[in-house]
Amino acid sequence: MSGYIPHTPPDIRAMLQEVGLRDPEALFGDIPEEVRRRYRPLGLPPRDEDWVRRHLTELSEKSTGRKLIPFLGGGIYDHFVPAVVDYVLSQPELYTAYTPYQAEVSQGTLTWMFEYQTMVCELTGMEVANASMYDGATALAEAVLMAHRTTGGKQVLVPQYLNPRVREVLATYAWGAGLELVDLPFDEEGRLVLSEVPEGTCALIVQQPNFFGIIEDLSGLKERLGEAFLIVYVNPIALGVLEPPGSFGADVVVGEGQVLGNPPSFGGPLLGIFATREKHLRRMPGRISGQTVDAEGKIGYVMALQTREQHIRRERATSNICTNSALCALAATVYLAALGPEGLKRVVLLSLARAHRLAEEISALPGFDLALTGPFFNEFPVRCPDPGGAVKKLREAGIAVLPPEEVEKAGLAGAFLVAVTERRSEEELSRFVSALKGGTS
Amino acid sequence: MIPQELKYTKDHEWVKEEDGKVRVGITHHAQKELGDIVFVELPEVGKVAKKGELLGTVESVKAVGEVYAPVSGEVVEANSALESTPELVNKDPYGEGWIFVLKLADPAELEELLDAAGYESLVGGQG
Amino acid sequence: MKSGTIYDLGAPGRRGVSLPPLSEPEQEILSYIPEGVRRREPPWLPEVSQPELVRHYLRLARMNYGVDTGFYPLGSCTMKYNPKVNEELARLPGFSGLHPLLSEEEVQGALEVLWELSECLKGIAGMPGITLQPAAGAHGELTGMLLFKRYFQERGELERRVKILLPDSAHGTNPASAAMVGFEVVSIPSNDRGTVDVAALEAALGEDVAGIMLTVPNTLGIFEEEILEITELVHRAGGLCYFDGANLNAYLGRARPGDMGADVFHFNLHKTFSTPHGGGGPGAGPGTVSEPLVPYLPVPQVVKEGDKFRLDYDRPKSIGRVHPHFGNFLVLVRALAYILTLGDEGLREVSLGAVLAANYLKERLKKTYRLPYDRLCKHEFVLSGDSFGEVRTLDIAKRLIDYGFHPPTIYFPLIVKEALMIEPTETEPKEILDAFAVAMEEIAREARESPELLKEAPHTAPVRRLDEARAARKPLLRLPRP
Repeated sequence: MSGYIPHTPPDIRAMLQEVGLRDPEALFGDIPEEVRRRYRPLGLPPRDEDWVRRHLTELSEKSTGRKLIPFLGGGIYDHFVPAVVDYVLSQPELYTAYTPYQAEVSQGTLTWMFEYQTMVCELTGMEVANASMYDGATALAEAVLMAHRTTGGKQVLVPQYLNPRVREVLATYAWGAGLELVDLPFDEEGRLVLSEVPEGTCALIVQQPNFFGIIEDLSGLKERLGEAFLIVYVNPIALGVLEPPGSFGADVVVGEGQVLGNPPSFGGPLLGIFATREKHLRRMPGRISGQTVDAEGKIGYVMALQTREQHIRRERATSNICTNSALCALAATVYLAALGPEGLKRVVLLSLARAHRLAEEISALPGFDLALTGPFFNEFPVRCPDPGGAVKKLREAGIAVLPPEEVEKAGLAGAFLVAVTERRSEEELSRFVSALKGGTS
Repeated sequence: MIPQELKYTKDHEWVKEEDGKVRVGITHHAQKELGDIVFVELPEVGKVAKKGELLGTVESVKAVGEVYAPVSGEVVEANSALESTPELVNKDPYGEGWIFVLKLADPAELEELLDAAGYESLVGGQG
Repeated sequence: MKSGTIYDLGAPGRRGVSLPPLSEPEQEILSYIPEGVRRREPPWLPEVSQPELVRHYLRLARMNYGVDTGFYPLGSCTMKYNPKVNEELARLPGFSGLHPLLSEEEVQGALEVLWELSECLKGIAGMPGITLQPAAGAHGELTGMLLFKRYFQERGELERRVKILLPDSAHGTNPASAAMVGFEVVSIPSNDRGTVDVAALEAALGEDVAGIMLTVPNTLGIFEEEILEITELVHRAGGLCYFDGANLNAYLGRARPGDMGADVFHFNLHKTFSTPHGGGGPGAGPGTVSEPLVPYLPVPQVVKEGDKFRLDYDRPKSIGRVHPHFGNFLVLVRALAYILTLGDEGLREVSLGAVLAANYLKERLKKTYRLPYDRLCKHEFVLSGDSFGEVRTLDIAKRLIDYGFHPPTIYFPLIVKEALMIEPTETEPKEILDAFAVAMEEIAREARESPELLKEAPHTAPVRRLDEARAARKPLLRLPRP
């Protein structure tokens, strides 16, 4: 007995009697016999809780990478998560509930969703936000599908510097929907080069800061696009100090929200952020919480605009999404509430300061240089004669960075990528520099 | 409940002839089935539609009703009052809750519509 | 008026957590950002102390109903108990703190989790290939439709195979997923026994059909007894069979979709395998596939070589990635812990408990409510609330809240008028099932004797019935700045 199923033999007998059966197997009599006969067990004995705990604990300790100091980013960042975040996430009424279909017993979920939407609008400078998508990559793919539905265009302008993992997911969705991705180069600063907007373009994607950590200049882009969508893929934590894409006329702002209170989690679950203009609201995918009043005039919240969604509009829905990334969105909400505007700014400034100090110290080393000249946020590519060798040396010193083969996927050869969050201490920064000094150049 | 002077479609739309044009809305029965109307998507004026083409939607909280062109023609008016007060479709489906006006392309198509008696038998007197 | 949100609380200058000080002046650091890009106005975020914050979210939690609160018979969602040891394991630093872009030698433990779970799920489905990437059921469906597309593209049949057949009882996600890949959806009617009308299916099949999407058992909770005939007909017409695995709890450990003719089968780990629903997510929707579709699975695949685990990217026919990393890893950890705890015997107990509980409740409740399909059900069943005059299913659902229960799924499936879709799951003791049946009987009596009690329900929830029409007519989707 696992402890999760309460039925005792007398319970089973009593229930079977009500059903009018004697043999419990008869409950499965409607499954073709030959199908049941072909069943093969897995060969797994039941295990006690302590065995399972030990087994999985052992597996968790087997990954040696967990001990490396993560100067590793590439879309997933090691930011500090206050203890209060997991405390809230562990409240059973919040994490053991489902989608708030019955508003009157889901005011907790609907209220924090409304808070989350408000915060996402504030960060991005947009008018409306949904209550989350699976991750930044699928949020971007959905934004592109929305641009296609709205404008009819089939070409998507994608900078080479877009996070390669995100791009791969986008490419899969685009192939499914019959859209074409058009590559855009970047200049030596690491910024987008947009020479023309071809006929039939439904969207331009800009990543802010981009995969190399370079801060983009969004001004003037929307004006050149006309009806086509300006979609900005953001690192939301950077919006603590960067002017929000909403100020530059973005049609959709999407991004990876893991940085807001969620651990790296070996890449999942993540948090897809999605915000847009009010005029595009009815084409936006995903759940939304809306404010209303109850029968006594008291303020409350419900799922709004459900007619966009698959359970009502079926094949004409704005998306197939149903289950989203709610609990990660709750983490982001609690994180931002705990930090407040000043705390968020502090986290960003600490990351910025440490990243720039490390970058300076690295570029001072003979043979080492920043691979791109543009202004950067908390991540930067480093070029040196033997980047592979440098990465190896760093590993030996217990430090992880993004190796050249991953960086090259975004069109930059011979460089490794270094990310610095507010969690990287003075001592870790020094260790980084001394490891490189150990004779690479 | 079913106005005698109007014509109807099987999709629960009513059609009122107005001098080479037709005014179109959804029936009392249709609005009642949908419940509280919260949004009406109107066709663009100038759009030319074939009979049966989708021209708009009428949404309640949990259902979407589709509005088709009952006859072929060009959209010459759309009821913009519904943008801010969609509930007019509930309150006055045959009057202020009209949805659009079409300029008739082929008056003969009017003959294919149901009359009040025909529609009444379709919905069992609940029009 | 107070909004009830955290923005009601706090005061300028308050903060909920301590942070390190800046080591350089703020302006100096800000100068790293070019002026035109620097934020001019800070985002409007709450300014609260930690105690205020904690009390606020605990207040919100108390306004919610979860599986840990009580009986949550939300049909088609399998709201079973979420074991606590699984929560603890998902929080182990070697899992939650692991970066996905570390090299494969550095993440052997995590890869072993992926591999072990893959083996278990392939065995449970009886299918040879798997991807753990899909982040939810609908994402698994989309992946399945992409696999269909690639399969027909490789065979040069994509131009003509444009239709996906869907029983009229399908989940809304099914048609939406098919449409995202450009397939045209054709509805297949159910017969009077609540299963697929095989004659209608046969008539719809042809060279233009890419395949069928089936939910087994279907959304009425009825097993497709002619499942083998159905899948054989589709295969003979050159099509593929997609199985929506939302309802696996009905036959876990007793039958395998691979033995029923499935070409793609997706799991909902947040349903069948007890991972928490999180207030709407995250879930996980791994997909298993039949032999012909294995070459098209997303990259990478986890392979075992000796006692090492490796990531295989060399799969030229793959549809590509559907997730930037390995799927919802922490959800996968919980599901593996659950499967290991249960073992083969436990898996069979799950389906026995789920099906027994559903049939027991069905037999009790059919005395009071109309049961449109009166026959053996699997893990759930559908009643109709259409025999109480002006009182509708919505009113019955809201009244259940007053009795301390979460309402069932309502108005779905669409083929039953005033539907009440009830899924008790295996984790509820008989006493709870009995108490629910008694409440439903009471409500039926109230519906006849004092209908206003239902019309105005709920009476005891944190709020009274909410005006959904108002929220839709004039949507207010964020708090306006003060």
